[in-house]
Amino acid sequence: MAVGVRPGRTRNPGLRSRRRREWLSTLAFLSPWLLGTGLFFVYPLVTTAWLSFTKYDGFVSPTWDGLDNWTFVFHDYPFFWPAMRNTLWFVVVLVSLRIVAGLVLGLMVVHVKHGNSVLRTVFYAPFLAPPVAGTLAFVFLLNPGTGPVNTILGHLGVSAPNWFNDPSWSKPALTLLALWGVGDLMVIFMAALLDVPQELYEAASLDGAGAISRFRHITLPHLRPILVFAVVTGVIATMQYYTEPIVAGQVASGQIAGSGNQFEPGYPNGSTLTLPQLVYNLGFQRFDIGAACVIAMVLFVLSMAFAAFLMRRGHGFLAGED
Amino acid sequence: MTVVDSSAYRRRQVLEWVALHSFAVALALLFALPFVFVLLTALMSDQQSLTRDLWPQPFAWHNLVDIWHTPGFTTWWRNTLVYAVLGTALTLLSSVPVAYALAYFRFRGRNVAMMVVIATMMLPPQVSIIPLYLVWAQNFHLTGTLWPLIIPLAFGDAFSIFLLRQFMLTVPRAYLEAARIDGCGDFRTMIRVVIPMIKPAIAAVGLFQFFYCWNDYFGPQIYASENPGAWTLSYGLQTFKSAHHTDWNLTMAATVLVLAPVILLFFLAQKAFIEGVTLTGVKG
Repeated sequence: MAVGVRPGRTRNPGLRSRRRREWLSTLAFLSPWLLGTGLFFVYPLVTTAWLSFTKYDGFVSPTWDGLDNWTFVFHDYPFFWPAMRNTLWFVVVLVSLRIVAGLVLGLMVVHVKHGNSVLRTVFYAPFLAPPVAGTLAFVFLLNPGTGPVNTILGHLGVSAPNWFNDPSWSKPALTLLALWGVGDLMVIFMAALLDVPQELYEAASLDGAGAISRFRHITLPHLRPILVFAVVTGVIATMQYYTEPIVAGQVASGQIAGSGNQFEPGYPNGSTLTLPQLVYNLGFQRFDIGAACVIAMVLFVLSMAFAAFLMRRGHGFLAGED
Repeated sequence: MTVVDSSAYRRRQVLEWVALHSFAVALALLFALPFVFVLLTALMSDQQSLTRDLWPQPFAWHNLVDIWHTPGFTTWWRNTLVYAVLGTALTLLSSVPVAYALAYFRFRGRNVAMMVVIATMMLPPQVSIIPLYLVWAQNFHLTGTLWPLIIPLAFGDAFSIFLLRQFMLTVPRAYLEAARIDGCGDFRTMIRVVIPMIKPAIAAVGLFQFFYCWNDYFGPQIYASENPGAWTLSYGLQTFKSAHHTDWNLTMAATVLVLAPVILLFFLAQKAFIEGVTLTGVKG
């Protein structure tokens, strides 16, 4: 813990003015961020909390409403629990598959001796595809009419699903899209894998350990911090999961959301709804700002809980060396 | 230890090599395939894109030119460039000093400040969007433009601050002390010593921010959707199919033109990228 000495505590006037100068330059370096944090973090957060207890449509001044919005969202709003269930689905299926895929690709690229930089590039590039472009590409690839995937599946004699137009296949389709963009995890795992001391593997091989037991007893323990990091950031990213599901739903249904127009979110049949979409739908399309702020608060509490967990568990990662 | 028949051992090694490499190549093809199909469809004629054909016949190269004549496309490009270039420049200008202070200054509340940086980094943008929108709309009348997305970047970006600080911590202290002994103040130490030493980090953070702005969908949807003159590529692209009643070929041609610069930039700056991504997950 860094402890700064307050100016005025010391009797040495030279030291005192130096401390004051230090304090002033600290303030100067931090000032843009301090201002920004107040304006774009603290103020909106406090206001969101307050608005969640008011009735407000964005035009007439907000009026105090007590817990009405909260009971509405948790009891009567038909989309809240489906969105929570979808988020849980994405956490369990999408996040874990992404981690497994990232690890498999990382292991593979690390072990391939010839052409591994080409492989790394090919696996990493899709991660950079702008989310809207990637989603549009997948809605096309998987469209039941002219999509190449179903055409190929048809040639193979497989009866192909309707993907983004079928409530039970829309989440798997989004999962495929997320797996395509697994390059970020692959690179992180590769760095961690290259950090494992090679002597350990050699020693284990001499002791007769097979590939699987080497992986279990040497690789996995070394990857633990990175795995924790991948899980927690994956969960946080899922809570914010927005662009891909909303764009997929809109393009597949042919309806585009804009301020004020109303249609049921999460096409098809609410199967791609996530919490951030509810904030948009309630706040910007239905002008029920109080209820939108309740969802925003739920999002806030959930993401901060996981962020706090990451800060405690991933101490080394966040604190840096000091 | 058992004595291994050396020829059997060698055969096994060769088989493993072949298995690993064919698996890798198959997966690589699978990962490249979406790009290939998008490009092939982008080059199909209007009639052909209504069929289940996979290969364009003939190649309609003019699609990639025709796209530029659809209403709005050049405007979206211009808006996206303004957002990404200005946003990146402002982010770097405002975040480097903050990262410097958090890396080197010792002051009361520094750990709290770091925690706030991390909290802002992890905060979903939807949490604070409503009050911010109301302020930009009611007090500044700037909705319908991209300024509500650009201006806040002049006040530091949490992710950039975090990443820059992590890099700065790797600069040996001796350099800073040498600068101090030579009579450099903090500002000069930052400009003359630290910034030149963390150039790769600045490149990585700049690229990340550029991509963030280029890819941003939620921001333009909130602030710009009401005014088509302020749309960006990401926002405009998804309206493309339904708004212009076009078929997949032109929609994919537009997608290619949104993908291309990003992929191109990646090839030009691959090293900075991979280093940056790695650092986000590396322990300090």
